[in-house]
Amino acid sequence: MSALAMSAIPTEGFTPPGPGDFNLPPVGYTSETAPTFEFLGQTMYLGVTKPMLQLALSVVVIFAFFYYASRKRAMVPGKLQFVGESAYGFVRNGLGRDIIGSHDFMRFVPYLVALFFFILVNNYFGLIPGLQFPTFSRAGMAYALAALSWVVYNAVGIRKHGFAGYFKLQTVPGGVKGPVLALLVPLEFFSNILVRPVTLALRLFANMFAGHMLLILFALGGEYLLLHTSGFTPVAGVLSFVMFMMVCVLEMLVMALQAYVFVLLTSMYISGALADEH
Amino acid sequence: MQNESIRAAGELNPLIPHPVEMVLALVFFAILFLLVKKFIVPAFEQAYSERTAAIEGGLAAAETKQAEADAKLAELEKQLADARHEAARIREEAREQGAAIVAEMREQAQAEATRIVEHGKTQIEAERQQAVTSLRAEVGTLATGLAGRIVGESLDDEERQRRVVDRFLAELEGAS
Repeated sequence: MSALAMSAIPTEGFTPPGPGDFNLPPVGYTSETAPTFEFLGQTMYLGVTKPMLQLALSVVVIFAFFYYASRKRAMVPGKLQFVGESAYGFVRNGLGRDIIGSHDFMRFVPYLVALFFFILVNNYFGLIPGLQFPTFSRAGMAYALAALSWVVYNAVGIRKHGFAGYFKLQTVPGGVKGPVLALLVPLEFFSNILVRPVTLALRLFANMFAGHMLLILFALGGEYLLLHTSGFTPVAGVLSFVMFMMVCVLEMLVMALQAYVFVLLTSMYISGALADEH
Repeated sequence: MQNESIRAAGELNPLIPHPVEMVLALVFFAILFLLVKKFIVPAFEQAYSERTAAIEGGLAAAETKQAEADAKLAELEKQLADARHEAARIREEAREQGAAIVAEMREQAQAEATRIVEHGKTQIEAERQQAVTSLRAEVGTLATGLAGRIVGESLDDEERQRRVVDRFLAELEGAS
């Protein structure tokens, strides 16, 4: 399937990267031999793919790091413990306490910490040699986490304010009276309940997808210009590799930023759901 | 070409999620969440609270120590001031005493000197009296003796008279 897609836009022998490059065949198969199934009109591979393994790997890496960093619990931390505490404290204090408030934040800390480092590490898999695939460039992965955050902040709000109270909190802006409400309530409902998980998921997915696509483009383009063209164009290939490296640096920033924004917004949604007044 | 491209994009819409990936993302996240909740967060929180307790305890202990030291210092300063005061008082007293003693001594010496002078005067007077008395008695005797001698020798011879007087005087000198 992906081979067909990749050959769909042929331009003078160079096959530009496309969405097919993200549809990796399962481990141990090629795109021809892999078993497939149909889902929502798409033909999908059936089997264990690299991003799936990366999910498992990220859990192992994160847990191992924090387990060893927190194991000693020394009064005066060593280097590893200091790094671990700084990372943990960054999410705990910067994304938890400062946004949710010191009264309620502690019960969300495990969720926020796990979420932040899960996204961060899976994003950075996109730059680690040998892996080089950002897990959340697979839309389903991002959808799942966004849906979870959506469930969490809504559940928290409903539990605190009751079903009606929570929807009043989320949809009726404070200080607004009269017929304007008829206009604002659907808008608020749309923006606070329906749009939030979509933007949350798409922001993460699209950034990872686009960033990785850009990297593939510069890498493959550079290689093609360098090896398969003559004249002055190989120089452009070198430039393409330079761009590849610069985009890598940019991606480092974007990957960390997307993990931060995802957790920051989740935290703000939770904080909003817990708020007493709109 | 155009159609083929659209068809391909339709077939590989990256927005349509892979169901297994969705489930797996949730499963692995759930595993990580449980591990973090069970091991990581309690460990870090314990380390935090222990550190907070240690720091607060240390601060409290330091404050107590500081207060103790301050009290001690105040006490010592007070003692020092007292001691200085005492020393000044003693010095003053000693000076007064010294002055008193000197004055007394002077007075005593004056009295003694006066007494000695008085005594000397009295003694001299007494000795003089005694001398006068004994002289008076002796002069009488001498005069009588001399008169007897003069009378005993013949008084008519002037030469003899002189000899008698000279001899008498020589005797007197030899006796004395």
